[in-house]
Amino acid sequence: MTVPGAWYLTLAAVLFTIGAVGLLVRRNVLVMFMCVELMLNAVNLTFVTYARMLDDIGGQSVVFFVLVVAAAEVVVGLGIIVSIFRRRTDATADDASLLRG
Amino acid sequence: MLHAAWLIPALPLLGFVVLLLAGRRLGDPAAGWLATLMVAGAFVTTLVVFSGLLGRGGDNRLFVQDLFTWIPAGGLQVKTGFLVDPLSVTMALFVTGVGTLIHLYSIGYMHGDDGYHRFFVYLNLFIFSMLMLVLSSSFLGTFLGWEGVGACSYFLISFWFERPAAPSAGKKAFVTNRVGDFGFMLGMFLIFTTFGSLQYTDVLGHAGTLTHATAMAIALLLFLGAAGKSAQLPLYVWLPDAMEGPTPVSALIHAATMVTAGVFLMVRINPILAEAGGVATLIAVVGAATALFAATIACAQDDIKKVLAYSTISQLGYMFLAVGSGAYVAAIFHMITHAFFKALLFLGAGSVIHGMHDEQDMKRMGGLRTWMPITSVTFIVAWLAIAGIPPFSGFWSKDDILANAWDKSPILWLVGVVTAGLTAYYMSRQVFLVFFGKERWKESAHARSEPEAEAEPEHEPAAAAGGGDLAAAVGGRDVAAASHGDHREFTPHESPPTMTLPLVVLAALAAVGGALSLPFGSFRPLETWLEPVVGDRLHKLSLSGSTQVAYALGTVVLALVGIAIAYLIYLGHRVREESVEPKVLRRAWYVDPLYAAVIERPGRLLASWSAFFLDAKVIDGAVNGVASLVRGGGTRLRAVQSGYVRNYALAVASGAVLLVGYVVVRGGG
Repeated sequence: MTVPGAWYLTLAAVLFTIGAVGLLVRRNVLVMFMCVELMLNAVNLTFVTYARMLDDIGGQSVVFFVLVVAAAEVVVGLGIIVSIFRRRTDATADDASLLRG
Repeated sequence: MLHAAWLIPALPLLGFVVLLLAGRRLGDPAAGWLATLMVAGAFVTTLVVFSGLLGRGGDNRLFVQDLFTWIPAGGLQVKTGFLVDPLSVTMALFVTGVGTLIHLYSIGYMHGDDGYHRFFVYLNLFIFSMLMLVLSSSFLGTFLGWEGVGACSYFLISFWFERPAAPSAGKKAFVTNRVGDFGFMLGMFLIFTTFGSLQYTDVLGHAGTLTHATAMAIALLLFLGAAGKSAQLPLYVWLPDAMEGPTPVSALIHAATMVTAGVFLMVRINPILAEAGGVATLIAVVGAATALFAATIACAQDDIKKVLAYSTISQLGYMFLAVGSGAYVAAIFHMITHAFFKALLFLGAGSVIHGMHDEQDMKRMGGLRTWMPITSVTFIVAWLAIAGIPPFSGFWSKDDILANAWDKSPILWLVGVVTAGLTAYYMSRQVFLVFFGKERWKESAHARSEPEAEAEPEHEPAAAAGGGDLAAAVGGRDVAAASHGDHREFTPHESPPTMTLPLVVLAALAAVGGALSLPFGSFRPLETWLEPVVGDRLHKLSLSGSTQVAYALGTVVLALVGIAIAYLIYLGHRVREESVEPKVLRRAWYVDPLYAAVIERPGRLLASWSAFFLDAKVIDGAVNGVASLVRGGGTRLRAVQSGYVRNYALAVASGAVLLVGYVVVRGGG
């Protein structure tokens, strides 16, 4: 038997919501970063599901772009986070509010 | 021979360029001689062209020489070229002829002036512009010359720019002329939209196709230009002030040539005037009114040049009266005789000013007859000519105009006759005050108030020796008397030959110039000569010869009465002089204060309103308003930029939710 597509979509929606809420409520920069990854991959899951359901290769190829962009983003983002932690030991996202208008 | 026409303006232009580049090196007097030679060359060339035109048949006297297309812009094709016909050649003849004499005179008059070569640069440029004005084959070429003479007039009025009055008089002339020039320009635009061309041959030949309204509009606009240039009511105010310029300039530009450009233009467009109906009447009325108005003012002026300035305005009024009456030949005739005698009067006045060490107040002259014999004899010839005493030239031309004015309207004739009487009166007053009577300069010598009037060789060393030159200029007569005490003992002297020779030549012309057009039988060379230009549009006199003689005799008697009254007042002292010179006339009917109140004051108010309200509040307010709007908006919006990532994330999330909500609602509906 095959798992219905709707289950995948529901899973993706749950993952996305967890990611989004986590991003909004947590202060730890690393956790927030992981939440972003969670949201990206939830979207990836959606794309793949639809590609399968609609029998369209386009969804799968978009996922490759997302993966590439996510990889690049991880490189830059982790670099920034590392350099922030180098200056102060227990930094939360709220401490890095130097760009306040 | 007609192909030499381009040389006529080219020679003064060459003189202008050479003097501009090397004038200072040529110096005094070589620069003056070069300039004179160039104008004399132009005169000889004009004579050659004139004889070439005479050689042609009466109905074939039109020659257009196009050099190149000046403005090739689609429908607008303006050629640089020359229209050689009897009218333009007549104008060129007396412009270059009188111009040569005045150049010659200036060599002596301007001797020792700091701006000697500069003066001749302007003078040659003026002659070039004036020749372009009269000879051009298109309205635009004429306009080029028109603006050129205006600019030269401005330069030369302001020539002694270190005196405060000179530049302001120049500016006044410039601004007043601008009012007229805008009429000229609009007229040209209308001509172009109507005919699609600005060439005289294209326009004037087809004047018959004009509708009455268009013809009237063109004629009115061009007349506005003519009234500005020729100092007619209400635009005459610049001419009396223009006397701030050197006297040869007053003679050349503000008496003989430039100010007659308006009359020339009116005669040139006579085919359009013929279609324009009522405009001719307007021109005649303006001319007659100006003639009388200016003549009344001339009766009460003390400055020797101011009298002549108002007299010029008055005589120009006569010319416009002639144009308005359809007597184009009479207008040109009077223009020529006026050029002779008025140039002579101005040059004579310059000689007097020169001989009197820069004195211009006639009340401080008197008895100069014995001291300046040549000047006084030639001046008296000019006086008789302008007063209308036969057989001098002014009598014939003025009488020609008056006879034509009678046909137009007896009222206009009456105004002209009264003006003739006034003319005889004020000119006699001038002659008696300057050349006859007591030698008042002897007693008033210690009370001279303007020792700095005109730069002049005998005067300069004395002024420098006095050491108080500047103080004398500003400090009034006491200081002047103290610092120039030794300079009082002067005697008037006759001017050098370069100055008296032009006087003698002009006096001869002023005496016999009337022969150009005599009212007897068929001997009217000027009318025959100008016939191709005016054709059958020329007004035919309805008066018979004998009636005309009777009217003319009446005018002569009136002129003699005017002379007699002036004699009784200014030589016989039967009446106190002050009683016949009321303040209202001395102040020229208060026209300048009136213009100041009506035009200048609102102008100043508008300017200060613009400066202190419009600019400071509205314009600056808009600019400052935009700035404070941005600043205020920024101050409020900066709160959004909290620096907390969670706030931004919340904003992005809410935005996404809103977008999704929108899509869902739309998708459902």
